[in-house]
Amino acid sequence: MTQAAGSMATEEAKLNGDIPAVELIGVTKRFGDTVAVDDMYLTVGENTFFALLGPSGCGKTTTLRMTGGFEDPTAGIIRLHGEEVTNLKPYRRLVNTVFQSYALFPHLTVGRNVAFGLQQRDVDRAEIKRRVAEMLELVQLGGFADRKPHQLSGGQRQRVALARALINHPRVLLLDEPLGALDLKLRKEMQIELKRIQSEVGITFIHVTHDQEEAMTMADTIAVMNMGRIERLGAPTDIYDDPRSSFVANFLGASNLMEVGVVDASSGRLALGDGTQLHTSGPGLAPGEATAKIGVRPEKIRLARVGTAGLPENAIEADITDAAFIGVSTQYLLRSTVGTVLNVVVQNIEADRFAPGDRVVAAWSPQHTFVVRGEIGAGEGV
Amino acid sequence: MTTAPTAARVPLPSRFFAVVRRHLLSLYTIIALVYLFLPVAIVILFSFNDNQGRFNFVWQGFTLKSWRHAFDVPGLFDSLVTSLQIAFISASVATVLGTFIALALVRYRYRGRGTTNFLIFLPMATPEVVLGSSVLALFLALKVQTGFGTIVIAHIMFNISFVVVTVKARLAGFDRHLEEAAMDLYANEWTTFRRVTLPMILPGVFAAFMLGFALSFDDFIITNFNSGGTVTFPMFIWGAARVGVPPQVNVFGTAVFLVTLGLMLLNVALQRNRS
Amino acid sequence: MSEEQVAGSERTSPTRPQQLLLAGSVAAIALGLLLLLGGAGLGSVEGFTRLFGALAMLVLGCGSGLVAIRGESRVAYLLLIPGGAWLILFYLIPMARLAVTSLQEGTLEQGFRMAWKWSNFSEAFSTFGDQFLRSFLYAGIATAVALLIAYPLAYFIAFRAGRFKNLLLVMVLMPFLVPFLLRTLAWKIVLADDGFVADSLRALGIIAENGRLLATSTAVVAGIVYNFLPFMTLPIYVSLEKVDHSLLEAASDLYAKPATAFAKVTWPLSRPGVVAGTLLTLIPAAGDYVNATLLGTPRQFMIGNVIQSRFLVVLDYPVAAALSFTLMLTILALIIPYVRATGTEDLAAA
Repeated sequence: MTQAAGSMATEEAKLNGDIPAVELIGVTKRFGDTVAVDDMYLTVGENTFFALLGPSGCGKTTTLRMTGGFEDPTAGIIRLHGEEVTNLKPYRRLVNTVFQSYALFPHLTVGRNVAFGLQQRDVDRAEIKRRVAEMLELVQLGGFADRKPHQLSGGQRQRVALARALINHPRVLLLDEPLGALDLKLRKEMQIELKRIQSEVGITFIHVTHDQEEAMTMADTIAVMNMGRIERLGAPTDIYDDPRSSFVANFLGASNLMEVGVVDASSGRLALGDGTQLHTSGPGLAPGEATAKIGVRPEKIRLARVGTAGLPENAIEADITDAAFIGVSTQYLLRSTVGTVLNVVVQNIEADRFAPGDRVVAAWSPQHTFVVRGEIGAGEGV
Repeated sequence: MTTAPTAARVPLPSRFFAVVRRHLLSLYTIIALVYLFLPVAIVILFSFNDNQGRFNFVWQGFTLKSWRHAFDVPGLFDSLVTSLQIAFISASVATVLGTFIALALVRYRYRGRGTTNFLIFLPMATPEVVLGSSVLALFLALKVQTGFGTIVIAHIMFNISFVVVTVKARLAGFDRHLEEAAMDLYANEWTTFRRVTLPMILPGVFAAFMLGFALSFDDFIITNFNSGGTVTFPMFIWGAARVGVPPQVNVFGTAVFLVTLGLMLLNVALQRNRS
Repeated sequence: MSEEQVAGSERTSPTRPQQLLLAGSVAAIALGLLLLLGGAGLGSVEGFTRLFGALAMLVLGCGSGLVAIRGESRVAYLLLIPGGAWLILFYLIPMARLAVTSLQEGTLEQGFRMAWKWSNFSEAFSTFGDQFLRSFLYAGIATAVALLIAYPLAYFIAFRAGRFKNLLLVMVLMPFLVPFLLRTLAWKIVLADDGFVADSLRALGIIAENGRLLATSTAVVAGIVYNFLPFMTLPIYVSLEKVDHSLLEAASDLYAKPATAFAKVTWPLSRPGVVAGTLLTLIPAAGDYVNATLLGTPRQFMIGNVIQSRFLVVLDYPVAAALSFTLMLTILALIIPYVRATGTEDLAAA
C-alpha cells in the first residue's frame, strides 16, 4: 500500500515534468536487531509543507536524519532533486536542519550562529553581514545579532535556529519536532509563522511531529508512520475522513470504531450485532468478507431525542454516560444497547443539551462512514 | 530540617544540646580547616626562621635573610626550573593524548570500549612505587640513560589517565547535536572539531592540563626512580632532608603556593565574569 | 560501491578480505609486543634488531588495521592509538617485564637470566613479610581515619555551606599546593619532641612522660592521613553534592528523623564517593615510603621503602620486582571484589 502510494506520487510528479524534492526508495535502517525504518518508499514534491507524523519510536526522526545525512541507511537509496545522496555527509547536501534542541552554538553570538553556514561556503564578509541582518528581520529578531543564545527565550532560540538554517537557501528544510519545547500559546503562534515562512520562501519543509493537531494545521501532505512504515499518505482532510487503517484512525483523533457484519458489500449495507442496519457509501469493502470494521468521526454524529424525524440514515439508540462542557463544544460519551461506546462532539449552538442518563439517538450519514483495516484500539492519538 | 516542637516551653538542657548539635558540624569544619592549614603555616613561617646551622626545625627568630638570599643555595633554583619544564612538557603531551582518548570513548562507537576503560583505570590503581620501578626496569633493559627524558616519559604515562577522566566528565554533558548542526551547515569534520567541539571542551581540557601540571610538579616517587642525575624540586628537598633543609626551600615552597593560589583565584574571578 | 547501494546490501558486517586484513594486523601487533617483552638493550646488535623489528611490526599492524576498519570506528581507533600506544609501551609492557624480572636471578654485574625462580617470591615474603603486612595495616588505618575526618567535612561543604561552597572547596585543596615533601617535613616540626602538640599530649597523659610522637608509627600514619585527605574528601563531596535535597524532604515528610534520613537516604547515595575515595587513598598509601622515611624509623618502614632500597640501593632487581608485583596483585585482589560488591564500576569521581 505504501509502495503504491509512493510510486503513484512519483508517477504524478513525472507526468508534471517535476523532479521531486526528496525521494526515499526502499530505505531501511536497522540498529542492531531493531528495525527503525522498514523498506520505506516516499516522494516529497517541491514547494510543499510535508509532515511526518507518528508516535514515539515510529521511525519518523530516523527518516529525517537519514535525509539530512546524520545516519546512513542500512539499505535503499535517497535522492535529493534527482541526485543520489545516500551516503553523502551532511555538509555535502543542500538541505538544512532545525534540531529539536535547537543546537545553537553557545560560544557564538546569534549573528555568528546564523552566519555559520555562509562562512563555510566562503561568502564574503559584507555579503554575510547583509544577509544575516535580512534573515533576522524575517524571523522578527532584528537587532539581536550580538546576543548570546543563553540570553534568549525558548521561542527566540527557535527562531534563531530557523534563521540559521534558512539563510543558506536550502532546497529542502528539515525540522525535527522544533516546537516541542514551547508552551501552548507560543507553539500555536509559531505554527502559523512557520507556515507563512514556508509559503513566502517557497521551498519544501519536512516537519517531524507527534502532535496530530500540529500536523493537520500546518501540512499540505501528511505521512502517518507506524513501526517504521508509512501507513497513510495524503492531505489532512483526506486522511482524517478516510483513514483506511485503525491505527491512523485512532491516531488522528477519536474514531468510534465498530465491528459490523457485511450484509451486502456492493451496496454498502452493514448490520450491527443487534440487527440495526447501517450504511456506508465510501469504498473499502472487499467482496466476500463477512465482517468489517467501520468508524465515524465524533463531530459528524448528530444527537437527537428518540423519535425525532429527519435524522441521517445511520441511527443508533444509546444512553448518555458522560457529558463534558468544553466551551466551544460539548463532548458526550454514549453507550448503545449492544454495548458500543460512542464519542460524540456537538457544537454548543442550541441551548438544549443532554445530560447523563438521557436516552438519545446518535445519527450520521453513510458518506461519513469509513472502513478501516487493522486491530481496533491500536495506536492511541494525542 | 523541620522539627517544630509542639510544646512552647522546651526544657533548658535540650535547648542547649540542640544549639550545640546544630553548630557542631560548623565547629568541626573549622577545626578540620585549621588542621589542614597547620603545615602550610609552618612552612611559610619557617621561611622566615633565623636558623643557625643546617637544620631548620627549631624556631630561632624572625628574619628576612632567606628571602633576600633566595637564590644562594646551589641547585635549588635550577631544580625548580627543571620541575617546571618537566611539568609543562608532560602535562601538554598527556593532555593532547588523553583528550583524544576521551573523545574516542565518549563520541564514537567501537569495539573494545571496556578494554580501554580498564587500561585507563589500571595506572590509577597502581601504587607509585610499582609504576616508578617498572618503568625504570624497562629503561634499564633497553639500556636507556635515565634522566630528564625518562622522567618526562614516565610523567606523561601516569598523567594520561587523569586527563582522560577529567575530560570525559566534561564531555559527558555535551550536546551531540551541536556537531551535527555544524555539519548540517557545511562544516566538514575537521572544521567542526576546530570551530565547535574544541572551543566547547576547552575549559575541561584546560582543567585537565592544570591537574597534570600539578601532579607532575609535585611528583616524587616516580621521579625518584627514573631521574638518573636530573634533580627536580621534590628530589632536591628529599636529598636535603638528610643533610639539612635550608630555609630557602621554604621560601620557594611558599612562592609556589602563593603563585598557584593566585592563579586559582584569578581563574575563579574570570569564570564569574564570564557568566 | 554504488552497485552495493542499489542492490540494498547490508553494510554493517565486514567483508572477507577486511576480516583477513584485520586478523593479520592483530597478529602483527601481538608479535611486536612480544618482541618488546624480551629485550636486550639498544647497545647490542641483537637488541637493536629486536627493537627495530618490534616497532616495525607495531606500525605495520596499526596501519593495516586502520585500513581494514571502516567508518566511525576508524576515527575512534585513530584517536586512541597515540595515547593507547603510550600506555601500552610505558605501562603494560613495564608491568609485564616486572613479572618476567621477578622470576629471574642474577646480579647486576653478572647479568640477569630468566630462571623461573619462584623462590624470589618466597624469599621476599620471608624476609619482608613484616613490612608487607605493616604497609597494609598502616594504609588501612590511615584510610579509615581519613574517611572519618573527610566525611563530615565533605558533608558540611555539600549541605551547609551555601554560598561558600566553592570557597571552602578551594580552602580544602589549597594546602596541597605546597609540595608534598615540604608538607611532610612541616609535620616533623609540629610533632617534634619539644613541640606544642607533644607537650600537651604529655600533659594530658595521653602519652608517657618520655614518650615521643615523632619516629613512631602514629606519626607515619598521621602523615599518610594528612597527605591523602583531599583524595578522600573530593569524591565524597562530589557524590554528596549530587544528592537531591527533595529526597531528604520526602524522607522527612514520611516521618523520618534527621538521623534516620541520613542513614537511609544520604549515606547510601554517597557510597560511590566513599568507595572512590577509599580506593584513591588506600592504593597510593600502601605503596608510600616518604612518610615512613621522614616521620619514622626503619622500624616503621613499609613495603615501599623495601622496594625502593632493593631497586636503587641494593640493585637486587628480581626480588624487588617480586615485591612490586605482589603488591600490585594484592591491591588488585582487594579492590576488584570491593568494587564489585559495592556495585560501582565507574571511578570517574574527579
